[in-house]
Amino acid sequence: MALPEVKQSATEARLMALTLPESGCLKAARQAALSRVQTMGLPSRRDEYWKYTKPDTLVQAEAPKAAVFHADETPMFNAFERLNIVFVDGVFDAEASDDLELEGLTIDRIEDICCKDIHWAKDLYGVLEARGQTPVERPLAALNTAFASDGVAIRVTGKVSKPLNFTYVHSDDNSDAILHHVIRVESGAEVTILENGPAASRFNKCMEIDIADGGTMHLVRAQGRDHERRAATHLFTRLGTESVFKSFTLTVNGVLTRNEAVIELTGDDAVAHIAGACVGDGDFHHDDTVFITHDAVNCESRQVFKKVLRNGATGVFQGKILVKEGAQKTDGYQISQSLLLDDDSQFLAKPELEIYADDVACSHGSTSGAIDEEGLFYLRSRGVPHAEATDLMTLAFLAEAVDEIEDGDIAADIVSRLEGWLARRR
Amino acid sequence: MLEIKNLHVKLEDEEKQILKGVDLKVEAGKVHAIMGPNGSGKSTLSYVLSGRDGYEVTEGSAELEGEDILEMEPEERAAAGMFLAFQYPVEIPGVGNMTFLRTAVNAQRKARGEEELSASDFLKEVRAKAKTLKIDAEMLKRPVNVGFSGGEKKRNEILQMAMLEPKLCILDETDSGLDVDAMKLVAEGVNALRDEGRGFLVITHYQRLLDHIKPDVVHILAGGRIVKTGGPELALEVENNGYAGILAEEA
Ligand SMILES: Nc1ncnc2c1ncn2[C@@H]1O[C@H](COP(=O)(O)OP(=O)(O)O)[C@@H](O)[C@H]1O
Ligand SMILES: [Mg+2]
Repeated sequence: MALPEVKQSATEARLMALTLPESGCLKAARQAALSRVQTMGLPSRRDEYWKYTKPDTLVQAEAPKAAVFHADETPMFNAFERLNIVFVDGVFDAEASDDLELEGLTIDRIEDICCKDIHWAKDLYGVLEARGQTPVERPLAALNTAFASDGVAIRVTGKVSKPLNFTYVHSDDNSDAILHHVIRVESGAEVTILENGPAASRFNKCMEIDIADGGTMHLVRAQGRDHERRAATHLFTRLGTESVFKSFTLTVNGVLTRNEAVIELTGDDAVAHIAGACVGDGDFHHDDTVFITHDAVNCESRQVFKKVLRNGATGVFQGKILVKEGAQKTDGYQISQSLLLDDDSQFLAKPELEIYADDVACSHGSTSGAIDEEGLFYLRSRGVPHAEATDLMTLAFLAEAVDEIEDGDIAADIVSRLEGWLARRR
Repeated sequence: MLEIKNLHVKLEDEEKQILKGVDLKVEAGKVHAIMGPNGSGKSTLSYVLSGRDGYEVTEGSAELEGEDILEMEPEERAAAGMFLAFQYPVEIPGVGNMTFLRTAVNAQRKARGEEELSASDFLKEVRAKAKTLKIDAEMLKRPVNVGFSGGEKKRNEILQMAMLEPKLCILDETDSGLDVDAMKLVAEGVNALRDEGRGFLVITHYQRLLDHIKPDVVHILAGGRIVKTGGPELALEVENNGYAGILAEEA
């Protein structure tokens, strides 16, 4: 079927500005992804899935300018033992990175997948993304698979002693980065991956994560404080039997963020938790779009998203739990809440459940509200000044999402960033 | 300590006059009790004194140690020494009781230009005071008042009072919803705080709390006015004859 005229021309304009990287064995995957893009067309405002978020600036040929923000604070996750992997405007920086050697895993750049003949990565690159295109199209992810200029392939085979830390540096006001990582967590292996930084003026990131039976992965990311940056990110995660995936995302600032997560529980007794806390002030649009598919017995999924919005900021949540036939004993939980600090801000939520099994427990809830005046007065009557009381209540609101992070030190770092954001707005 | 003169209060959003000329003077070291029928304005008085939104003072004044408190923010009143034990303590999910207490204690110290309490000194003090109120460590860790029983909430109010060491303590129906043992515990907590320099305003429906916290003066508030003032015997009169008798007598 032919694409609508507008979509067709927008897609062509974007594709004209890009060149398909020449990488031997990924070529087929990239070409297949390109034809997916051509068939689907890039997102437009008319698309149902983009009803609440305008994709224009994520799609247009040139990345809109975004000033590099120089934060006067220590980088995130700086205090922990970790292995650093640095990208500057979407390009791997070997100088700034640690040696990519750590017991229990291997790390290679995607451009080396072919010359080193890394089979597992060849078999994963673009595969989960392609699976994630049904029942809902995600053209920006296909675009990523086709044109990603850098990224890593990580294979985890043991319990890794320290986290991997991706730092995404933004250094050029006009940078446009496309990164694609593939991660395979083998049976019984365990890893924690941290990500932080804005990455570029416009960032398109895709992460495909395949967790084998009994594997565990924790992902904690912080998306960077640059006010004008834009990001469209995709997580595609497939979970095997008794595997665990837990993810938390902190978003502080950024004019436009769309974080999609597509999670498929394919083995029995698997657990997937995905959480996010975002705080936005003014020109801030933040969209969490989540699609969780239960396709095995006795799996648990949990979505916890909290947004604090002020001065006309907008929050969006589209979250779906699909329980397939036979996925009995599914335990699905979903909560999305916003705290609106004034009347100008808004929260748009579309929670969905689609269930084809009869023995499941799924619950979802979505709320939007102001700060509890009773609680505020109670705190003030005990001598806590108005601003401090408001901050306490705000942090309390976000706590349920932050509590999803298992590592106490990492959670404490996240909380301190939130406190910083609040303190700067007193 | 506290001097209220001719206080008139109406609801901010409605033409409803609640307090219609309250005069009251609480001296340092004294316990004044306020009794009165439901809806007579007792809670309103306590809220207006602590600075809650929604009320408008149309006439009169209230001073704490000679300072006009009605113009102050709630937190300024707290730092000046005002404390209200709420009739209905508020639940604050996500804020730990301990964090809340420490933030409050240190905020008040800061406002008064005093040094903040060190974490270890604070902890020692909280633990000691919590123990006498039979508040266990687990309750201190929980979010403020969330999932607390009625009695636990009221004990938690007294713990806050003990930690903040206010000059004027207002207790709004602290006895409601308490069994006899819990009431004794609360009363002991209050009595431990009785001091030359501290005034109390104990709002209650029933005489039984006043068996444990012996008042110096008893006032009857009805229809937004103090209609009668007397000694402890007035509380007994209420107990025996109800408010009807007293109100008829005053009319
Ligand atoms: N915020 C409010 N909105 C509406 N009515 C109120 C409010 N606060 C107090 N009132 C009314 O004012 C009167 C006095 O209430 P209150 O002070 O709570 O009495 P008491 O504590 O003596 O029982 C009652 O009629 C009550 O309904
Ligand atoms: Mg009352």
